[in-house]
Amino acid sequence: MKIFIPTPPRPFAGGLDTVEATAATVAGALTALTAAHADLRKHLFTPEEKLRAFVNPYLSYEDVRYLPEEEATAVTEKDTLTVIPSIAGGLA
Amino acid sequence: MAIGIAPAALPELTTNELARYSRHIILPEVGTEGQRRLKAARVLCVGTGGLGAPLAFYLAAAGIGTLGLVDFDVVDESNLQRQIIHSTADVGRKKIDSAADKLLALNPALNLVKHHTILTSANALDILKDYDIVADGTDNFPTRYLVNDACVLLGKPNAYGSIFRFEGQASVFATEQGPCYRCLYPEPPPPGLVPSCAEGGVLGILPGLVGIIQATEVIKLILGKGETLAGRLLLVDSLNMRFRELKLRKSPECPVCGPNRTITTLIDYQQFCGLTPEPAQPAAEKNGIPQISVRELKQRIDAGESLQIIDVREPFEYDIANIGAKLIPQNDVPNRLIEIDRECEVIVHCKAGGRSQKIAEYLKQAGYPRVVNVAGGILAWADQIDSAMKKY
Repeated sequence: MKIFIPTPPRPFAGGLDTVEATAATVAGALTALTAAHADLRKHLFTPEEKLRAFVNPYLSYEDVRYLPEEEATAVTEKDTLTVIPSIAGGLA
Repeated sequence: MAIGIAPAALPELTTNELARYSRHIILPEVGTEGQRRLKAARVLCVGTGGLGAPLAFYLAAAGIGTLGLVDFDVVDESNLQRQIIHSTADVGRKKIDSAADKLLALNPALNLVKHHTILTSANALDILKDYDIVADGTDNFPTRYLVNDACVLLGKPNAYGSIFRFEGQASVFATEQGPCYRCLYPEPPPPGLVPSCAEGGVLGILPGLVGIIQATEVIKLILGKGETLAGRLLLVDSLNMRFRELKLRKSPECPVCGPNRTITTLIDYQQFCGLTPEPAQPAAEKNGIPQISVRELKQRIDAGESLQIIDVREPFEYDIANIGAKLIPQNDVPNRLIEIDRECEVIVHCKAGGRSQKIAEYLKQAGYPRVVNVAGGILAWADQIDSAMKKY
């Protein structure tokens, strides 16, 4: 599946804007992503291995937090996963 | 409130206004009634920078009756690459005065209200209460949460836009049924993780794109026509010119708009975002890293000390201005530790002190016993030591 990497953490993913991953679930895809880009892990996960509160993964158009099985939701090769970043720029 | 006013109570259009807004009025979705709604509307633009410039310009042109501006900043030359409401002659002026001149020149009938202040928990409710809609064009997380919470508490829709490098986001938050900013982002990222546009850069045209999306949403909210971005997050990727859309849901656990809300008044947003007020003098130490001022650094260089100074900016930044330090871009540091002598003190600098602080903390964690950060970076050097140095 294709994982879209937003601009802020791209330096921790080798500068890539998309990463291909093979996984059975959303959690598996995020694990595969951070296994391939270890520096990204601390930006997406807490030391307790939970997704950080400001990290919002979306499976296609849906917020993973609102899917019945959340991060355990099954994924296919055709799905896309997007990590929505918090960005605040606009004025300065 | 313009959104719910009965047609009979809307202000009449003058003969001049009928001519001026004729291209609106012939649109069935606007018509005379819609234009009268725009005339009755009161919109607050928080910020007159990258997003606020196009936003305020188009709202003034569209015939919004009352436009409030909140800004405390002054125009800097580096703003002009994108903040098209300000011009070269305005450098050094208050942004709010510069913006007001342009908006009133465009539309002298506009009732322009200037709020020359920083939006805070103490004044936000009082400022926002007189408006129908808020357009958030700020540039930092504490103000984002402040604007959101104030909008939710007052029941004002918030036309939201945000930008970073080539990427933008837009939505409409805090409508009666829709989600708010906290439903999407319950917590801000830790300080320093997401660079500001000043540090990360931004394509000058991008705030134009996103600001005009915000303006479009404001107009639609007033007219009550079309489908707004409430419940949707629009992602703008200007580098690849892709627009994507994601569903937003009202969070049942949202602390400000959920059924079991715990936030019923404005809070300390600096503290919420993990920020503490900047001390008047640079702190002697930050997160365990001693801070050195550019004056102290200059004194040590002048005294002939052999210093190990590492510049962690990018090569193109180094080409613009440098103080002769060894260049190791921040992302290369982990792979180039061998080039940094552990036996010597390591003095790290960047453009403004943010990136170098992170690298200094990294080096300390990596076992370097003496690591120092240059407070204010090369910008402080240009301001305080070498006025001929190029700033960017």
